Amino acid sequence: MTGFDADDGDLVAANLACRRGERLIFARLSCVLPPGGALLLIGANGSGKSSLLRVLASLLAPTEGEVSWGGVPVSTDVPGHHARLHYVGHLDAIKPALGVRETLSFWADMRGAALPKTDAALADFALDAFADWPCRWLSAGQRRRLALARLIATPAPLWLLDEPTASLDPDGEARLVAAIAAHRAAGGRVVIATHQPLVLSDASVLTLEDFAPAIEDPADDLFVAF
Amino acid sequence: MGAYFGLFRRELLLAFRQGGEIGLALGFFVLAIVLFPLGVGPEAEILRRIGVGVIWVAALLAAVLSLDRLFAPDHTDGSLDLLALSTMPLEGVVVAKCAAHWVTTGLPLTAISPFLAALLGIDSAAIPVLMAGLLLGTPVLSLFGAIAAALTLGARRPGILSSLLVLPLYLPVLIFGAGAVEGYVAGSGARPHLLLLGALTLAALPLAPIATAAALRQAID
Repeated sequence: MTGFDADDGDLVAANLACRRGERLIFARLSCVLPPGGALLLIGANGSGKSSLLRVLASLLAPTEGEVSWGGVPVSTDVPGHHARLHYVGHLDAIKPALGVRETLSFWADMRGAALPKTDAALADFALDAFADWPCRWLSAGQRRRLALARLIATPAPLWLLDEPTASLDPDGEARLVAAIAAHRAAGGRVVIATHQPLVLSDASVLTLEDFAPAIEDPADDLFVAF
Repeated sequence: MGAYFGLFRRELLLAFRQGGEIGLALGFFVLAIVLFPLGVGPEAEILRRIGVGVIWVAALLAAVLSLDRLFAPDHTDGSLDLLALSTMPLEGVVVAKCAAHWVTTGLPLTAISPFLAALLGIDSAAIPVLMAGLLLGTPVLSLFGAIAAALTLGARRPGILSSLLVLPLYLPVLIFGAGAVEGYVAGSGARPHLLLLGALTLAALPLAPIATAAALRQAID
């Protein structure tokens, strides 16, 4: 029914460090996410929430440490890890020239889904009325809904959401919270980077600033060097 | 296989719907060639002599001109991240995108080349050779172009940078493409040139996607 095995061990991040350019963003970061779990990432702008999500998605290699799933490091099977996660970044990956339903079925195709639940996904985010519109007619909030509808169209056990409520109206936010609750009830897990207080039952919270490394090199040296 | 076809289809849809994508490259190709008789003068002998080279150079430049729509839009709107997360390996993504790029640039250029060849007074018996050369050579333009387009993602003036990177790589295609027609006209035969063009395409087909995918991974990181 859900389309994925709900109980295949924990998602574990162990001793992660991430460097962007010359700057160490976070270090010694560890967390565990069991099936059905939710993890809220909070922290100031630039504290590394998005980078952590990209590391968890294997889009970005951590400088140190590793992410594992059910005890197996995800770096040993990156395509397998990609297949079990949905990543909704702060960019919507929507082409103005494609239709709403077209966009959704395209991304379902890209995940190799045989029978994507496109209609259910459109209904869940109240997009069914514009299913045949070209995406260039959509507002920012509607584009966000379309990006989130990908989560429903093809089930995957891990959702990585970067500021999912940005430009969503209260109705959209309620729909997202409901989708997350259903996903977790089915054993799915979700990691959300957010500034908005989201109403999620027993979510663990990870504050990125707790893992900010001590200022290492004075940044001035860098500017001199370049 | 569904994913490859899905991506190929999406690329074609985008090229056709975002009006002018195909027309732009074609229009440039035609205009650049038409400028030559005006600039060089209408002497048939000179035009016939330089015609094949002009057509090939214009095809190279038209291909370069269309490179910025290969990966840059997907990079800026976040689609590239999702393509990297898809079930297709990135190399496969590159192959599907290059195939669609070729269908929307190399193929139409080849299709209208007979008219331009006639305009330049190229011997009509040599036109099939010219078309065969374009058909075999233009896939290389898309494949090598993809490497440059991927390497320059995130650069400040990607268009200029990628043309500087890729035009030297296009040299063999230009030499053998123009050489095929010259060989045919001179009577020494077009076959070796066409075979070399085909060999270039066959070599680029597996190698260029590997290099391009590596460059894309850098851009995503």
